[in-house]
Amino acid sequence: MSTISLKIEFGGGLELLFSNQRSHRITIPANVPPEGSDVPSKPVDITYLLFWLRDNLLKERAELFVENGTVRPGVLVLVNDTDWELEGEGEYQLKDGDEIVFISTLHGG
Amino acid sequence: MPPRTCALCNDARAILKRPKTGQQICKECFFYVFETEVHNTITEARLFKPGDRVAIGASGGKDSTVLAHVMKTLNERYKYGLELFLLSIDEGITGYRDDSLETVKRNQQQYDMPLKILSYDELYGWTMDAIVAQIGKKNNCTFCGVFRRQALDRGAAILNVDHIVTGHNADDIAETVLMNIMRGDIARLGRCTSICTQGEDTIKRSKPFKYAYEKEIVMYAYFKKLDYFSTECIYSPDAYRGHARAFLKDLEAARPSAIIDIIHSGEAFEINDDVKATQKLQQTCRRCGYMSSNELCKACTLLEGLERGMPTAAVTDRARRKLDADGPVPENLRTIPLFQLPSNLRQNAATAVEATS
Ligand code: SF4
Ligand SMILES: [Zn+2]
Ligand SMILES: [Zn+2]
Repeated sequence: MSTISLKIEFGGGLELLFSNQRSHRITIPANVPPEGSDVPSKPVDITYLLFWLRDNLLKERAELFVENGTVRPGVLVLVNDTDWELEGEGEYQLKDGDEIVFISTLHGG
Repeated sequence: MPPRTCALCNDARAILKRPKTGQQICKECFFYVFETEVHNTITEARLFKPGDRVAIGASGGKDSTVLAHVMKTLNERYKYGLELFLLSIDEGITGYRDDSLETVKRNQQQYDMPLKILSYDELYGWTMDAIVAQIGKKNNCTFCGVFRRQALDRGAAILNVDHIVTGHNADDIAETVLMNIMRGDIARLGRCTSICTQGEDTIKRSKPFKYAYEKEIVMYAYFKKLDYFSTECIYSPDAYRGHARAFLKDLEAARPSAIIDIIHSGEAFEINDDVKATQKLQQTCRRCGYMSSNELCKACTLLEGLERGMPTAAVTDRARRKLDADGPVPENLRTIPLFQLPSNLRQNAATAVEATS
């Protein structure tokens, strides 16, 4: 099974949910099964990554990170330093070496 | 997806979608439009005049850190001629405010601005840790809010500034509009959207980020690599506000202009004369000299309740009556030092009194 490596950063208080560690390196499968199938035929996207992070890296209060199949409103996502809203949001197909940043806007003024 | 070019310069690669307009813009254009919009907000509302001494209410959080950076940038770029200060309030919350004050101290170095830290402990003789130890985690934000408001004015008086600017952003203001509607607090609804509040003889307070979206403030801090602190207060904030915020973020996710639309709705409410008539006249607190709508200001009432072991006295009328029934104020009661306006405002206030007499 081929895999890709990613650099993940958390900021704005979100790091508190991830062992209070801002920067993580992870390796995930390059292809995953589409819904309703077990054949890993679909390139991995950010939506898959969100659930992977929730299930593998998150330590507490999952509801502050994901909600209704996407990030909780108020969490900003950057893909290689670009707003994910310009990159197709959850449908962005991840590539080896991508850097994904999650920042909460909800903490403290 | 092919890289998109910036809608403003048509040259560099877009890195951000603006929530307000949906425009896709590059990093340099983003810095420029963000700063220029704040500049426009400042000049359209005529917030400052040359020579003004202005304190930035600094908590070490994202909004006030970005505000300090932008105020410094604009003051230099457009030659406002302001003298800028950082003013921080230390509520005395171990593990929260002590850490965020370290960030403010770094900001002081980075931005080269004088910093004044004023603590609840020195002003009221109570830290928030001590207050929560006595009253629990229920009304703590009421105490903290009343004490902070007065502490900021007192800090401003010590720095002898004319004006306090705070980092309240468009999301905060929209949230306050919603909360005031939900609570039926129409008098506050009228005030909460104004960019600048000032009574005749009070220190001006304004919100240069009134139209700045939280998303852009956070993106600005991220791309400028600004140093800010982002931990939740350990005495969990007001749950009601939390609901209003979550609701607002859901609205924004569906339609980003919701934030500005709510602010505009708030601005469009006309407060009718019946409501105005119920707004009390301002006087000065008989015990500490701070502006107040009653004989005693809220902070003095809260402090008296704490000192006399009846901390809910100022929160409910019933408890206030119980406090009164308990006898007169003990002579050795701890009080807040006398409040004096900065010297320049003192003169204004004196002339205002003469003019009306
Ligand atoms: S959450 Fe409440 S107690 Fe904590 S700093 Fe804010 S107002 Fe004060
Ligand atoms: Zn551009
Ligand atoms: Zn008082």
